[in-house]
Amino acid sequence: MATTADAFQAHGDVPAHSHADDKPGFFARWFMSTNHKDIGTLYLMFAVFAGLVGGAISGIMRAELADPGIQYLGWWVSLMGGEASLSANLHMWNVLITAHGLIMVFFMVMPAMIGGFGNWFVPLMIGAPDMAFPRMNNVSFWLTFVGFMSLMFSLFVPGDISGALGAGTGWTLYAPLSTDIGSPGPAVDFAIFALHLAGAGSILGATNFITTIFNMRAPGMTLHKMPLFVWSVLVTAFLLLLALPVLAAAITMVLTDRNFGTTFFEPAGGGDPVLYQHLFWFFGHPEVYIMILPGFGMISQIVATFSRKPVFGYLGMAYAMVAIGVIGFVVWAHHMYTVGLDVNTKMYFTAATMIIAVPTGVKIFSWIATMWGGSLEFKSPMVWALGFIFLFTIGGVTGVVLANGGIDDALHDTYYVVAHFHYVLSMGAVFSIFAGWYYWYGKMFGRMHSEFLAHLHFWMFFIGVNITFFPMHFLGMNGMPRRIPDYPTYFQYWNNVASVGYMVIAASLIPFIANIIYAHTVGRRAPANYWGEGATTLEWTLSSPPPYHQFETLPVIEDHHSYHDHMPRDPGVATPART
Amino acid sequence: MQERETAERADNPVVKDLGVTLFQSKGPAAGVPRLAVLASALLMIAGVGMTPAVAQQPSPSPTVAAPLAPPAPDAAANVAPDDPQGATPGNDTAPQEIRGGDGPEAAGADAYQPLGPEWIRGVPADPRQDFAKALTFQDQYSNTGNYALWMHNWVLLPIIVAITLFVLALLLIVIVRYNRRRNAVPSKTTHNTLIEVVWTVVPALLLLVIAIPSIRLLAKQYEAPPENAVTIKATGYQWYWTYTYMDNGEFEIISNMMPEEEAQARGFPSHLEVDNRLVVPVNTPIRLQTTAADVIHSFAVPSLWFKLDAIPGRLNERMLTIREPGIYYGQCSELCGARHAYMPIAIEALPRPQWEAWVRAQGGTLGDEAEAEAGAQPAAVPAATEAAAPAAGAAE
Repeated sequence: MATTADAFQAHGDVPAHSHADDKPGFFARWFMSTNHKDIGTLYLMFAVFAGLVGGAISGIMRAELADPGIQYLGWWVSLMGGEASLSANLHMWNVLITAHGLIMVFFMVMPAMIGGFGNWFVPLMIGAPDMAFPRMNNVSFWLTFVGFMSLMFSLFVPGDISGALGAGTGWTLYAPLSTDIGSPGPAVDFAIFALHLAGAGSILGATNFITTIFNMRAPGMTLHKMPLFVWSVLVTAFLLLLALPVLAAAITMVLTDRNFGTTFFEPAGGGDPVLYQHLFWFFGHPEVYIMILPGFGMISQIVATFSRKPVFGYLGMAYAMVAIGVIGFVVWAHHMYTVGLDVNTKMYFTAATMIIAVPTGVKIFSWIATMWGGSLEFKSPMVWALGFIFLFTIGGVTGVVLANGGIDDALHDTYYVVAHFHYVLSMGAVFSIFAGWYYWYGKMFGRMHSEFLAHLHFWMFFIGVNITFFPMHFLGMNGMPRRIPDYPTYFQYWNNVASVGYMVIAASLIPFIANIIYAHTVGRRAPANYWGEGATTLEWTLSSPPPYHQFETLPVIEDHHSYHDHMPRDPGVATPART
Repeated sequence: MQERETAERADNPVVKDLGVTLFQSKGPAAGVPRLAVLASALLMIAGVGMTPAVAQQPSPSPTVAAPLAPPAPDAAANVAPDDPQGATPGNDTAPQEIRGGDGPEAAGADAYQPLGPEWIRGVPADPRQDFAKALTFQDQYSNTGNYALWMHNWVLLPIIVAITLFVLALLLIVIVRYNRRRNAVPSKTTHNTLIEVVWTVVPALLLLVIAIPSIRLLAKQYEAPPENAVTIKATGYQWYWTYTYMDNGEFEIISNMMPEEEAQARGFPSHLEVDNRLVVPVNTPIRLQTTAADVIHSFAVPSLWFKLDAIPGRLNERMLTIREPGIYYGQCSELCGARHAYMPIAIEALPRPQWEAWVRAQGGTLGDEAEAEAGAQPAAVPAATEAAAPAAGAAE
């Protein structure tokens, strides 16, 4: 425990100058990095950038949707180098929704949660010096980065049947809209290539996490003592490993249909477009849990820390995530209720889908039980976590509505679905990302953020997302379809409201960015454990930021019977515990 | 295959003309003051979950609705809508002469005239005119739609509102009672087997409560159409629908979106009205089949709780029975390319005699007249629909 001995006495000192902190030069450090913390930082910076791009795209979309008619799309077509015409403008809309979806899923949420926080904190929390395959870790990041470049490139090459630029298939890339019938231009090829690259990066990352977690835990840290964030990343890695190859297969089949004359999804040659949807959603449904499970893990750490109580029902929490992961693989066709499924199939998927509500409920109630009897401190990460629990509950219950195959006949592909998945992603996943961001910012970058700005960010974002997305429930129930740039005037009122909400969300990024500037100008240096005695996982035994190479002597996790024995009474002795 | 479709598109003048009219934006002038919008949104977020949605009571018997009185000499005078909600918002521009002569009975049973705006039934609600109605589903006019709406309003909505409020209440209690000021020393509790069992079993039971009507609804939706059902095939094209009357000489109707200005001038909702509607008999089981010629489309009509994808190479089938004469709007509900927003669906449900007149006017045949007559008797309909065998999903 040599490296941890002085951790609790750190008073803003820079880490001890030892060979453990020798850093390579700039280029070698950031472009050839094999250090899990640097790669995590790269992922986070990339996710923030991609999030700003994806968020800006939703700004264009909300501006266009504020009123009926086509207002701004032509301007964007011209700006992107195309020739504005009605069909080019309308195609631009499809390009925007496609880019928004793909960017937010593959280049914002996944890199932030798994690549960013996962890389940073899985090795720290299990007491490992680094990831199992450091160079493969580097490859994962750069594959993701190049995938993003490929997606950006697709915006500037012809896409649809009229030759307008960009891939306008929606993030689902449904055949035959994505094959040469609906999108003959090369844009879709580049979008598919983007997914191949990002998917390959994620598969490599998943194998890396699984290997690291199974083989590099510190002595004494059994699987049942791992922090829940590590559990969440472990389950997520398995989901990635099992689901992404199916996506790769499906989009490869689209590629060969497009370019080599195969007919997997072309009825004229004996193929079936519905086959694509089965393959896509066999990946796509686990994918939504890939996006939220690490968030569950982070929320568990944060709730425990700021309640100064260990997580209630640790084993239930861990195995609820396993259950969600397993059931997540057998519910995919609830995304396809209207394709003409057999009645028995639809009944099965209705029942299976609703069952997921049980482990999800276990998690919600366990978080509340963790806080029950606790000593809550409303620091910014905790406020984001509380917002997460409430808003994720709303997204969860609308999921129960949508699970009913018969009810879904009215709601499928309407704004109700848009509202639902933004409540679980834009409020679930993103709230947990911001919670983790403020929880670990000082730990990662060594400087404390402003609590005032973080709270301001929270309240603006909280109000903004609710104004934006809650009215979409009404639009959806009233019948407004998704993915349309223009609509009958009946839908104008709530669309107008939603667009006002977007402005609040966009404004909330001002305190977010200002907080980064604040931290690195006037922010105080972060001590090792700035959250106090509730923060019990191993990363808090290290300096902030941790030394470049940590745990050169592995920490030993001792066996304890009750949680309070874990509490570091004597600041010189750090005895980390699971939470 | 593709050349043929492109040619069809080019042949279609409406598709070409859309460009000009759709460009014109209404601009933000029609919008509501932003602050007022914001304030009401916040109010809604606070209170809407509790607003019980208006449940559409199923009609006691599937008889033809009141406005369709038997033809009378002064029928034209009776055409005024008895249901003000059915009137199109913003149809003040509708010329009087169109409304006047537009009732299906106006010209007698044997002639056909398209229904006028006063017959609009299935249409979204505008919050600026009827705030409460715009918060929930459209009124339902099909057999299964009523059951589905009942299930949503009286099973699902109460449960999800209760769960959300329960979680919110627990969070508020925790925040008030267990903050650092009031509870400086945290408890050590990390397990309680009883409560963990309770919060696993109770949600599972709640799901059972939901599952029973849910399965029942699915069974209803998949009831096989009777022998004498009217078979209509809807084919999705980029970007219009065609409707083929399979039992009536296989004549085909091409249905394009009506240009915005024309729709407004005639008092119909723009983006929803079409040039040629899908005309069907009311209170008659319709065997609606969907397929597509190019990419996937989806045939959706919210006020009938109906949505069925139209997929190339597949023939999906579902029974649809409309309870009241009128016009029901929907929109394509699967992303199908550039003009996805501009391929609406408009169903016009007419009493059987008027529908038959329309079929004849289209050059269609009525096939076995006796069989068709049997289908017109509403009483004969439910008896034939006992079997709930799955009918859809069969590949062609």
